[in-house]
Amino acid sequence: MSAPAVTITGHRGLQHEEPLIFERDSPGMTGVDLPEPAPVNDRLGGLGRQGRIGLPGLSEPEVVRHYLRLSQKNYAIDAGMYPLGSCTMKHNPRLNEKMARLPGFAGVHPLQPVSTVQGALELIGATGHWLSVLTGMPAVAMSPAAGAHGELTGLMIIRAALEDRGDARKRVLVPESAHGTNPASAAACGYVVESIPANERGRVDLGALKAALGPDVAAFMLTNPNTCGLFESDIIEIAQAVHAAGAFFYCDGANFNAIVGRVRPADLGIDCMHINLHKTFSTPHGGGGPGSGPVVLSAALAPYAPVPYVVSDKNGFRLVESVEESDAKPFGRIKGFHGQVGMFVRALAYMMSLGSDGLRQVAEDAVLNANYLLASLKDTLSVPFEGPCMHEALFDDRFLKDTGVSTLDFAKAMIDEGFHPMTMYFPLVVHGALLMEPTETESKATLDTFIAMVRGLAERAKGGDADYFHGAPRLTPRRRLDETAAARNPILRWSPPAN
Amino acid sequence: MRYLPLTGDERRQMLATIGAKSVDDLFRDVPEAARLKDAVDLPPMSGEMEVDRALSAMAAKNLPATAAPSFLGAGAYRHFVPAAVDHLIQRGEFLTAYTPYQPEISQGTLQYLFEFQTQVALITGCEVANASMYDGATACAEAVMMAGRITKRNKAVMSGALHPHYRAVAATYARFLGMTLTTPQPDWTKSEDLAGLIDAETACVVVQNPDFFGRLADRKALADACHAVGALLIVVVTEVVSLGAIRSPGAMDADIVAAEGQSLGNALNFGGPTVGLMATRQKFVRQLPGRLVGQTTDVDGRRGFVLTLSTREQHIRRDKATSNICTNSGLCALAFTIHLTMLGEEGFTRMAAVNHANAVKLAERLAGLPGIKVVNDSFFNEFTVRLPKPAAGVVETLAGKGLFAGVPVSRLLPETPGAETLLLVAVTETNTDDDMDRLIDGLKEATR
Ligand SMILES: Cc1ncc(COP(=O)(O)O)c(C=O)c1O
Repeated sequence: MSAPAVTITGHRGLQHEEPLIFERDSPGMTGVDLPEPAPVNDRLGGLGRQGRIGLPGLSEPEVVRHYLRLSQKNYAIDAGMYPLGSCTMKHNPRLNEKMARLPGFAGVHPLQPVSTVQGALELIGATGHWLSVLTGMPAVAMSPAAGAHGELTGLMIIRAALEDRGDARKRVLVPESAHGTNPASAAACGYVVESIPANERGRVDLGALKAALGPDVAAFMLTNPNTCGLFESDIIEIAQAVHAAGAFFYCDGANFNAIVGRVRPADLGIDCMHINLHKTFSTPHGGGGPGSGPVVLSAALAPYAPVPYVVSDKNGFRLVESVEESDAKPFGRIKGFHGQVGMFVRALAYMMSLGSDGLRQVAEDAVLNANYLLASLKDTLSVPFEGPCMHEALFDDRFLKDTGVSTLDFAKAMIDEGFHPMTMYFPLVVHGALLMEPTETESKATLDTFIAMVRGLAERAKGGDADYFHGAPRLTPRRRLDETAAARNPILRWSPPAN
Repeated sequence: MRYLPLTGDERRQMLATIGAKSVDDLFRDVPEAARLKDAVDLPPMSGEMEVDRALSAMAAKNLPATAAPSFLGAGAYRHFVPAAVDHLIQRGEFLTAYTPYQPEISQGTLQYLFEFQTQVALITGCEVANASMYDGATACAEAVMMAGRITKRNKAVMSGALHPHYRAVAATYARFLGMTLTTPQPDWTKSEDLAGLIDAETACVVVQNPDFFGRLADRKALADACHAVGALLIVVVTEVVSLGAIRSPGAMDADIVAAEGQSLGNALNFGGPTVGLMATRQKFVRQLPGRLVGQTTDVDGRRGFVLTLSTREQHIRRDKATSNICTNSGLCALAFTIHLTMLGEEGFTRMAAVNHANAVKLAERLAGLPGIKVVNDSFFNEFTVRLPKPAAGVVETLAGKGLFAGVPVSRLLPETPGAETLLLVAVTETNTDDDMDRLIDGLKEATR
């Protein structure tokens, strides 16, 4: 390979080196023309700001160019396959975006009189109805802001229900394969977390679970399909054991995409489950959010759901906004205003587009695509657990043994091939995990290219070309970054150069 | 179905590769009794046009605050967002990326978050800020928990003039972790003696500036009182545009700032999604919740950005993490940072000045109306007025005429004395003289 051209500007063709906005400062410049403020005697009570804030000044064309150039340094599902296991990076339909921007949704203030927001309340109700029918659960708490926030809400509901029956319990059981948010949410709800091991089939060790259950266990939190991409085949027995111990069965619904329209969590004995709308229901993840994490609930837990919630009667829709107004037993409030309503619009547009038949097809194609990857790569990579898998295929790093190449190195080489890597080193139950989730929105042609690429890289690794992997990626806006230095001496903001 | 690229032939070929007879085969680990035979009872798939039609009809049942003269505030504000903001955030490379776990192909997200953190630190007057929280209310709750960890104490004093949703969310988080919150009776007629409620077990005092009633106060003396006993001062800001005109919380020696950033770049969205801001002192960064972006270099020595200090976070520290937050408000943070970049120092301070001037103009006109009293001595762009009649009824009547007069205090804070007749009125750069004329006329008529 010839060395990359060294340019005078540092730019490389379409790849521009882009300084920080603070380094583009043209003092006094602005990209927004505002009117002269009316001359008034200020009423700031002597608290007017003194001195400059230090914000840079840029014109509109400079701003547009800055962010456009930054955008070009990002990988995205719009650009290619993003098989980040557990994150469900599926196509984000643009109809969703258009609907969310209808002034009748985007322009509504949260504290308008309810007579003027009947459509917004109907939207919350309709989104909840779809989620309720798809999960078979009678109630939904709509306000949590993301998956982890839904976990916390669900656990608070459980704790409130237990305390209401005079049965304060101390522990929450979480499988060791669980996402980090599960134990963190349980701790944030004031519980002691106990880890339950997996068995050799990648499922919860039922014996260990039964041994850990007891009168002080509030809940068992299970991800199903689990983070190894496997359906917990003992789930009915698990539910019975959890209930027999007087505990509640919480399900992390992050992987609902695998079963939507084919299996209803209610039929599995689940009491409570959050749904990440930004996974199963295609709302964009936006480089880190916003998310939305409605929690579906059994009849027994429904009364404890937080405020606000929507009710309807012959006069239309109404909001119950405070604990005092409620005739149920809400544990409190978990978020400002009424939830991530703008995300509900997107999720509802998606659910209506697919319908009951299309959503079922989503689960089937997601599972089919993942099994196709598993079948095509099982002889090239190494597989910790027997298939079939559900929506994601899990591999471990045994295939890299003695090659000098790590899972991380392997992933970095995938980047040069134009693919976003899979999830790595998660779940923790597998050594050097590679968790691939293609989703249903990838075509067979894309999967075949991906498979050929992974096979080629595996061959290269096994062929002894470790240096190639250690030096990857080479074709990206930045090459490997020094994360250790970043953490040792944290520079978390720009500061003016000392002179 | 337009979102599903596999053809029937391909599905068959793929099943053959897998060695499965049918898709049902792949679901064989699901207990038989739980396998749905048929589609659930919901409508079948719809074309784009049909969905557009149905949702547009639903949207048309709302009268959005953007389509009427509106003086609504109380934690969500109508501002004018330049067209470039929404155009840029819809770039697929921003919109459809995940959390920047692979920094080599995520420098776009990482750099804007680094710039965002810097801007948030600058406007709040703090040393550092994180990469966003869900919203202002959850940022406030997390700030209280953070103060508990830093001070290893479990009592907090919450101002009665804190937005009631913020107080309620903090109370929820606190209750489950065994923290005790104390709040004096919310009272707009006098200023609170919060310093008098501090004791040796107090982790923090939480105040809002401007407060729920719109009043401004210098919190420096309160900060000193906190620091004297080793407690922290948390300042909440629900209207960040105010920071373009008033002294920053950092300048008042606040230790943590929790703010709602919706006002910049973000639509009202019936209250969500928005973006929570959180800023603090450098020495407290290891107790911050949420993502942090830091500067570093790549193997070629070029500057680049990465997610950092992740040993605070749930994916590493699990039940010992500083917070359970994972997904935050990346795209709303992008909208915020683009809007603020477009404004710059000049535009941001001008925007704040226009907001304040409009509010002063309206307050002066309202003060001249018989039976109506502006209760604030000081304010930024929102103030409280006392009407001769219950505010909720007045608001309802005027809404019926296509005018949003403000937020009745009784909806959010019924426990404050005389709440029924109090109305919160917010004024921004979007309000014209004509809007104000209509409000004056409307109030005259409705309170007659
Ligand atoms: C299995 C699992 N649980 C929980 C979460 C947390 O969800 P969120 O990021 O929406 O808070 C995630 C995703 O990040 C996940 O993959």
